[in-house]
Amino acid sequence: MWRGERSVLSGLSVDAAAGDCVHVAGPNGSGKTTLLRVLAGLLTPERGIVTWQGRPIAADREAYGAALSYLGHSDGLKPEFTARENLAFEVGLRRRLSASAIDSVLSRVAMTDSRDLPARSLSAGQRRRLAIARVILTATPLWILDEPFTNLDSAGVQCVTDLIAKHLDAGGTALIASHHAPAVPRHAAHRLDLA
Amino acid sequence: MTARTGAMDAVWLMYRRDLVLAFRHWDQAAQPVVFFAMVTTLFPLALSPELGELRQLAGGALWVAALLAALLGLEFLFRSDHIDGTLEQLLLSGQPLALMAVAKVAAHWTISGLPLVLVSPLLATGLGVPTGALCTVMLSLGLGTGILSTVGAIGSALTLGLRRGSMLLSLLVLPLAMPALIFGARAIDMAIHGDTARGPLLLLAAMLVLAVTLAPFAAAAALRISAE
Repeated sequence: MWRGERSVLSGLSVDAAAGDCVHVAGPNGSGKTTLLRVLAGLLTPERGIVTWQGRPIAADREAYGAALSYLGHSDGLKPEFTARENLAFEVGLRRRLSASAIDSVLSRVAMTDSRDLPARSLSAGQRRRLAIARVILTATPLWILDEPFTNLDSAGVQCVTDLIAKHLDAGGTALIASHHAPAVPRHAAHRLDLA
Repeated sequence: MTARTGAMDAVWLMYRRDLVLAFRHWDQAAQPVVFFAMVTTLFPLALSPELGELRQLAGGALWVAALLAALLGLEFLFRSDHIDGTLEQLLLSGQPLALMAVAKVAAHWTISGLPLVLVSPLLATGLGVPTGALCTVMLSLGLGTGILSTVGAIGSALTLGLRRGSMLLSLLVLPLAMPALIFGARAIDMAIHGDTARGPLLLLAAMLVLAVTLAPFAAAAALRISAE
């Protein structure tokens, strides 16, 4: 995989089963984000293949997209929309939602008080929480999270860690790029070091 | 466990989302129609107040002004979604991207094309277009702005990652809109002179059908490339 003139990733193989948590670690610029974007299907690798349930993801992008929640560097929120509207529109594209489902997810990430504020007036940490809420609400088996703990306070980090553990308990899979190893109880995080 | 949103429901939701967004930025959304009104009212001042003379130029003037006005908002069709990361989420939404592009184009036309069509009879009357030709004015501009929005989506998606994409966007899209300009202005001219404008209007409609059929796929492919 190349970024500009620079070869970033080569000779990598990752395998994750249901209930697995893969922790992608490495210094800045080592290609964590690039790897996750390749795995999410946003980037096409020069050589190599990404498969989901034994099928190459390029064969059916829509089916793969439907099985995946991706949290990138940017939170993917519309600044003009309130927290509730953001979830209703962005997650509504993927699955049918009720207002109570949105409110219950917002309470799980401790955002109930700010649910009617436009995303532009939320703090960076609150926007991250809202983006996490989107991941949970999408309810997919595979989570790809790029630095999910950025801007979160310690309560937020704990909350997100618990949510990841719950997702793994339910048989979900998580690929997480982060400087901090997620301390998920009962699940050994496979560590993938990018030199 | 969870019911997936059907493709048509997703299209409707995307369309509504873009309309709501546009209403929250109504000053930006109103730009094309204000531009259109300004340019067409400048013609009588610059050329001649003589209605007979204006009538000769009305078709061309209306079309050029509408084309440039519709081009104004085109740059922002996918740009804001790209900047705030919602485009990435859209690419991974599991919905057919070409259909999502159709929804966005339809919303864009409703915001920037439809108002031009609605004010065009008033502005055309100001340029001396007879009442009998106003229907043709609206029809030809409606089809023309539709073509521009649809074809423009490809250019807008291709120039997404560029910092100053607007110039390139015009260069990409305007040549493709030339056939529409020629037949559209001709339709108005024919109607002004009392002829039936059926021929050029049907040609415009055919172009719109062609654009709506093919452009969304090209735009979807361009979006995937731009998002890399």
